[in-house]
Amino acid sequence: MSRTYPDEPASEFPAPPRTVTDKEGREVELVPADEADREAIVAMYVDFDPADRAQGIPPAKEEGIRNWLDTILDGDCVNVVARYDGDVVGHATLVPDRHGEHELAIFVLQSFQGAGIGTALVETLLGQGQRAGIEKVWLTVERWNDAAASLYRKVGFETSNAESFEIEMAIRL
Amino acid sequence: MHILLGVGGSQLSYHALDETIARAQETDDDLTIAIFDNEEADTDAEAVRERVESTLSETNFEASIRTIGGESPGSELVDIAESEGFDRIVLGGGERSTLGKIQLGSVVEFVLLNAQTPVTLIR
Repeated sequence: MSRTYPDEPASEFPAPPRTVTDKEGREVELVPADEADREAIVAMYVDFDPADRAQGIPPAKEEGIRNWLDTILDGDCVNVVARYDGDVVGHATLVPDRHGEHELAIFVLQSFQGAGIGTALVETLLGQGQRAGIEKVWLTVERWNDAAASLYRKVGFETSNAESFEIEMAIRL
Repeated sequence: MHILLGVGGSQLSYHALDETIARAQETDDDLTIAIFDNEEADTDAEAVRERVESTLSETNFEASIRTIGGESPGSELVDIAESEGFDRIVLGGGERSTLGKIQLGSVVEFVLLNAQTPVTLIR
Protein backbone atom coordinates (compact mmCIF):
# COMPACT_ATOMS: atom_id res chain seq x y z
CA MET A 1 0.00 0.00 0.00
CA SER A 2 1.49 3.29 -0.98
CA ARG A 3 -0.09 6.55 -0.03
CA THR A 4 0.40 9.80 -1.89
CA TYR A 5 1.72 12.64 0.24
CA PRO A 6 1.99 16.28 -0.75
CA ASP A 7 5.42 16.97 -2.31
CA GLU A 8 6.09 19.94 -0.10
CA PRO A 9 6.27 19.75 3.68
CA ALA A 10 3.85 21.91 5.62
CA SER A 11 5.16 24.99 7.39
CA GLU A 12 5.80 24.97 11.11
CA PHE A 13 2.81 24.33 13.37
CA PRO A 14 2.47 25.78 16.87
CA ALA A 15 3.66 23.37 19.55
CA PRO A 16 2.07 22.86 22.95
CA PRO A 17 1.65 24.11 25.59
CA ARG A 18 -0.54 26.97 24.41
CA THR A 19 -3.74 28.63 25.48
CA VAL A 20 -6.44 29.56 22.98
CA THR A 21 -9.72 31.37 23.47
CA ASP A 22 -12.57 29.66 21.67
CA LYS A 23 -15.47 31.39 19.91
CA GLU A 24 -17.51 31.18 23.12
CA GLY A 25 -14.79 33.07 25.01
CA ARG A 26 -13.59 30.01 26.92
CA GLU A 27 -9.85 29.81 27.64
CA VAL A 28 -8.73 26.35 26.63
CA GLU A 29 -5.26 24.96 27.33
CA LEU A 30 -3.66 22.67 24.74
CA VAL A 31 -1.06 20.46 26.39
CA PRO A 32 0.86 17.26 25.63
CA ALA A 33 -0.70 14.21 27.27
CA ASP A 34 0.53 10.78 28.26
CA GLU A 35 -0.28 7.85 30.53
CA ALA A 36 -0.53 10.24 33.52
CA ASP A 37 -3.61 11.84 31.93
CA ARG A 38 -5.39 8.52 31.44
CA GLU A 39 -8.21 9.03 33.95
CA ALA A 40 -9.09 12.52 32.67
CA ILE A 41 -9.14 11.20 29.10
CA VAL A 42 -11.28 8.21 30.10
CA ALA A 43 -13.73 10.64 31.74
CA MET A 44 -14.02 12.62 28.50
CA TYR A 45 -14.74 9.51 26.44
CA VAL A 46 -17.28 8.20 28.94
CA ASP A 47 -19.15 11.51 28.38
CA PHE A 48 -18.76 11.28 24.62
CA ASP A 49 -21.90 11.48 22.47
CA PRO A 50 -22.27 8.09 20.72
CA ALA A 51 -23.46 9.93 17.59
CA ASP A 52 -20.00 11.52 17.30
CA ARG A 53 -18.21 8.19 17.10
CA ALA A 54 -16.33 7.64 13.86
CA GLN A 55 -15.49 4.32 12.22
CA GLY A 56 -15.80 2.36 15.44
CA ILE A 57 -13.94 4.68 17.82
CA PRO A 58 -14.03 5.66 20.58
CA PRO A 59 -15.40 2.37 21.93
CA ALA A 60 -18.80 2.72 23.54
CA LYS A 61 -18.14 1.17 26.96
CA GLU A 62 -15.63 2.19 29.60
CA GLU A 63 -13.79 -1.12 29.50
CA GLY A 64 -13.42 -0.80 25.74
CA ILE A 65 -12.24 2.79 26.11
CA ARG A 66 -9.56 1.69 28.60
CA ASN A 67 -8.31 -1.07 26.30
CA TRP A 68 -8.24 1.31 23.36
CA LEU A 69 -6.27 3.88 25.38
CA ASP A 70 -3.64 1.22 26.11
CA THR A 71 -2.71 1.53 22.43
CA ILE A 72 -3.25 5.27 22.12
CA LEU A 73 -1.25 6.27 25.22
CA ASP A 74 1.68 4.01 24.36
CA GLY A 75 5.05 5.78 24.34
CA ASP A 76 5.30 5.58 20.50
CA CYS A 77 2.24 7.78 20.10
CA VAL A 78 1.90 11.55 20.28
CA ASN A 79 -1.04 12.92 22.26
CA VAL A 80 -2.35 16.41 22.91
CA VAL A 81 -5.43 17.27 24.98
CA ALA A 82 -7.59 20.36 25.31
CA ARG A 83 -8.34 21.20 28.94
CA TYR A 84 -10.98 23.56 30.21
CA ASP A 85 -11.57 24.16 33.90
CA GLY A 86 -9.53 21.06 34.75
CA ASP A 87 -11.47 18.71 32.47
CA VAL A 88 -10.29 17.18 29.20
CA VAL A 89 -12.69 18.43 26.51
CA GLY A 90 -10.75 17.36 23.42
CA HIS A 91 -8.08 14.81 22.51
CA ALA A 92 -5.97 14.33 19.40
CA THR A 93 -3.48 11.56 18.71
CA LEU A 94 -0.86 10.36 16.24
CA VAL A 95 -0.47 6.57 16.23
CA PRO A 96 2.31 4.86 14.24
CA ASP A 97 1.16 2.32 11.65
CA ARG A 98 3.12 -0.66 10.33
CA HIS A 99 4.81 1.48 7.69
CA GLY A 100 6.39 4.08 9.97
CA GLU A 101 3.72 6.61 9.08
CA HIS A 102 1.28 8.05 11.61
CA GLU A 103 -2.51 7.99 11.64
CA LEU A 104 -4.32 10.97 13.13
CA ALA A 105 -7.57 11.04 15.05
CA ILE A 106 -9.25 13.82 16.99
CA PHE A 107 -12.31 13.97 19.23
CA VAL A 108 -13.90 17.04 20.78
CA LEU A 109 -16.71 16.92 23.34
CA GLN A 110 -19.99 18.02 21.82
CA SER A 111 -20.32 21.16 23.99
CA PHE A 112 -16.95 22.39 22.64
CA GLN A 113 -17.56 21.64 18.97
CA GLY A 114 -17.91 24.41 16.38
CA ALA A 115 -15.87 26.83 18.49
CA GLY A 116 -12.47 26.48 16.80
CA ILE A 117 -11.00 24.04 19.33
CA GLY A 118 -10.71 21.22 16.77
CA THR A 119 -8.58 23.29 14.40
CA ALA A 120 -6.34 24.54 17.21
CA LEU A 121 -6.00 21.02 18.60
CA VAL A 122 -5.03 19.47 15.23
CA GLU A 123 -2.50 22.25 14.55
CA THR A 124 -0.99 21.84 17.99
CA LEU A 125 -0.82 18.05 17.63
CA LEU A 126 0.99 18.47 14.30
CA GLY A 127 3.35 20.93 16.01
CA GLN A 128 4.10 18.31 18.65
CA GLY A 129 4.52 15.75 15.83
CA GLN A 130 7.08 17.98 14.10
CA ARG A 131 8.94 18.28 17.39
CA ALA A 132 8.99 14.47 17.60
CA GLY A 133 10.44 14.22 14.08
CA ILE A 134 7.32 12.71 12.49
CA GLU A 135 7.15 13.27 8.72
CA LYS A 136 4.10 11.51 7.33
CA VAL A 137 0.62 11.80 8.79
CA TRP A 138 -2.60 10.42 7.31
CA LEU A 139 -6.21 10.05 8.35
CA THR A 140 -9.53 8.82 7.09
CA VAL A 141 -12.78 10.71 7.34
CA GLU A 142 -16.28 9.56 6.49
CA ARG A 143 -17.57 10.89 3.20
CA TRP A 144 -20.51 12.74 4.75
CA ASN A 145 -18.42 14.46 7.43
CA ASP A 146 -17.92 17.81 5.65
CA ALA A 147 -17.04 19.72 8.81
CA ALA A 148 -14.13 17.42 9.59
CA ALA A 149 -12.90 17.19 5.98
CA SER A 150 -12.85 20.98 5.59
CA LEU A 151 -11.00 21.37 8.89
CA TYR A 152 -8.30 18.98 7.68
CA ARG A 153 -8.03 20.75 4.31
CA LYS A 154 -7.71 24.12 6.03
CA VAL A 155 -4.83 22.80 8.12
CA GLY A 156 -3.04 21.54 4.98
CA PHE A 157 -4.11 17.92 4.46
CA GLU A 158 -4.63 16.84 0.86
CA THR A 159 -6.88 14.03 -0.33
CA SER A 160 -4.75 10.95 -1.03
CA ASN A 161 -7.53 8.49 -1.86
CA ALA A 162 -11.20 9.22 -2.50
CA GLU A 163 -12.20 5.89 -4.00
CA SER A 164 -13.61 4.18 -0.93
CA PHE A 165 -16.30 4.79 1.69
CA GLU A 166 -13.88 6.94 3.64
CA ILE A 167 -11.83 9.76 2.21
CA GLU A 168 -8.15 9.38 2.99
CA MET A 169 -6.07 12.51 3.48
CA ALA A 170 -2.35 13.06 4.09
CA ILE A 171 0.12 15.76 5.08
CA ARG A 172 3.92 15.92 5.05
CA LEU A 173 5.44 17.63 8.09
CA MET B 1 -30.39 -21.51 1.95
CA HIS B 2 -27.59 -21.46 -0.59
CA ILE B 3 -24.76 -19.39 0.76
CA LEU B 4 -21.81 -17.99 -1.14
CA LEU B 5 -18.90 -17.20 1.17
CA GLY B 6 -15.98 -15.20 -0.24
CA VAL B 7 -12.59 -15.86 1.38
CA GLY B 8 -9.66 -13.67 0.31
CA GLY B 9 -7.05 -14.50 2.92
CA SER B 10 -7.44 -11.69 5.47
CA GLN B 11 -7.70 -12.63 9.15
CA LEU B 12 -11.31 -11.50 9.15
CA SER B 13 -12.09 -13.64 6.10
CA TYR B 14 -10.95 -16.71 8.10
CA HIS B 15 -13.03 -15.54 11.03
CA ALA B 16 -16.02 -15.38 8.66
CA LEU B 17 -15.17 -18.89 7.44
CA ASP B 18 -15.28 -20.30 10.99
CA GLU B 19 -18.51 -18.47 11.82
CA THR B 20 -20.23 -19.45 8.60
CA ILE B 21 -19.33 -23.12 8.96
CA ALA B 22 -20.56 -23.13 12.57
CA ARG B 23 -23.84 -21.58 11.52
CA ALA B 24 -24.30 -23.80 8.48
CA GLN B 25 -23.79 -26.85 10.68
CA GLU B 26 -26.79 -25.77 12.72
CA THR B 27 -29.03 -24.61 9.91
CA ASP B 28 -28.03 -27.20 7.34
CA ASP B 29 -27.35 -24.45 4.82
CA ASP B 30 -25.68 -25.33 1.57
CA LEU B 31 -22.28 -23.61 1.45
CA THR B 32 -20.12 -22.67 -1.50
CA ILE B 33 -16.76 -21.08 -0.74
CA ALA B 34 -15.28 -18.78 -3.37
CA ILE B 35 -11.55 -18.31 -2.92
CA PHE B 36 -9.84 -15.25 -4.32
CA ASP B 37 -6.55 -13.46 -4.03
CA ASN B 38 -7.23 -10.33 -2.01
CA GLU B 39 -4.54 -7.77 -2.89
CA GLU B 40 -5.03 -6.20 0.51
CA ALA B 41 -4.17 -9.46 2.32
CA ASP B 42 -0.63 -10.75 2.48
CA THR B 43 -1.24 -14.18 0.91
CA ASP B 44 -2.21 -15.91 -2.33
CA ALA B 45 -5.12 -18.02 -3.56
CA GLU B 46 -3.24 -21.31 -3.16
CA ALA B 47 -2.49 -20.68 0.51
CA VAL B 48 -6.08 -19.57 1.07
CA ARG B 49 -7.37 -22.81 -0.48
CA GLU B 50 -5.16 -24.92 1.80
CA ARG B 51 -6.42 -23.06 4.84
CA VAL B 52 -10.03 -23.48 3.75
CA GLU B 53 -9.59 -27.19 3.06
CA SER B 54 -7.97 -27.84 6.42
CA THR B 55 -10.71 -25.89 8.23
CA LEU B 56 -13.37 -27.94 6.44
CA SER B 57 -11.71 -31.22 7.35
CA GLU B 58 -11.20 -30.15 10.99
CA THR B 59 -14.85 -29.24 11.31
CA ASN B 60 -15.95 -32.28 9.33
CA PHE B 61 -18.11 -30.10 7.11
CA GLU B 62 -18.64 -30.38 3.39
CA ALA B 63 -18.73 -27.37 1.13
CA SER B 64 -17.93 -26.85 -2.51
CA ILE B 65 -14.83 -24.80 -3.16
CA ARG B 66 -14.05 -22.80 -6.24
CA THR B 67 -11.42 -20.23 -7.08
CA ILE B 68 -12.27 -16.96 -8.72
CA GLY B 69 -9.71 -15.05 -10.71
CA GLY B 70 -9.83 -11.80 -12.56
CA GLU B 71 -9.18 -8.21 -11.67
CA SER B 72 -12.29 -7.69 -9.59
CA PRO B 73 -13.17 -10.47 -7.15
CA GLY B 74 -16.06 -8.34 -5.86
CA SER B 75 -17.63 -8.19 -9.29
CA GLU B 76 -17.17 -11.96 -9.76
CA LEU B 77 -18.85 -12.67 -6.43
CA VAL B 78 -21.83 -10.53 -7.33
CA ASP B 79 -22.14 -12.21 -10.76
CA ILE B 80 -21.90 -15.72 -9.36
CA ALA B 81 -24.47 -15.02 -6.65
CA GLU B 82 -26.95 -13.63 -9.16
CA SER B 83 -26.42 -16.02 -12.07
CA GLU B 84 -26.45 -19.13 -9.90
CA GLY B 85 -29.30 -18.13 -7.62
CA PHE B 86 -27.51 -17.88 -4.28
CA ASP B 87 -29.65 -16.58 -1.40
CA ARG B 88 -26.90 -14.75 0.42
CA ILE B 89 -23.32 -13.57 0.07
CA VAL B 90 -21.18 -13.68 3.22
CA LEU B 91 -17.90 -11.82 3.62
CA GLY B 92 -15.57 -10.98 6.47
CA GLY B 93 -14.28 -7.44 6.66
CA GLY B 94 -13.86 -4.20 8.54
CA GLU B 95 -10.22 -4.40 9.57
CA ARG B 96 -9.10 -1.96 12.24
CA SER B 97 -6.06 0.27 11.85
CA THR B 98 -3.61 0.34 14.78
CA LEU B 99 -5.41 3.48 15.89
CA GLY B 100 -8.64 1.48 15.94
CA LYS B 101 -10.60 2.89 13.01
CA ILE B 102 -12.62 0.36 11.07
CA GLN B 103 -12.12 0.41 7.33
CA LEU B 104 -13.84 -1.67 4.70
CA GLY B 105 -11.68 -3.13 1.96
CA SER B 106 -12.43 -2.63 -1.72
CA VAL B 107 -13.91 -6.11 -2.28
CA VAL B 108 -16.38 -5.78 0.59
CA GLU B 109 -17.27 -2.29 -0.49
CA PHE B 110 -17.94 -3.34 -4.07
CA VAL B 111 -20.16 -6.23 -3.00
CA LEU B 112 -22.14 -4.15 -0.49
CA LEU B 113 -22.82 -1.47 -3.08
CA ASN B 114 -23.50 -3.64 -6.10
CA ALA B 115 -25.04 -6.93 -5.00
CA GLN B 116 -28.74 -7.56 -5.59
CA THR B 117 -28.37 -10.53 -3.26
CA PRO B 118 -28.56 -9.91 0.52
CA VAL B 119 -25.05 -9.56 2.00
CA THR B 120 -23.87 -10.47 5.48
CA LEU B 121 -20.68 -8.78 6.69
CA ILE B 122 -18.97 -10.60 9.55
CA ARG B 123 -16.48 -8.58 11.54
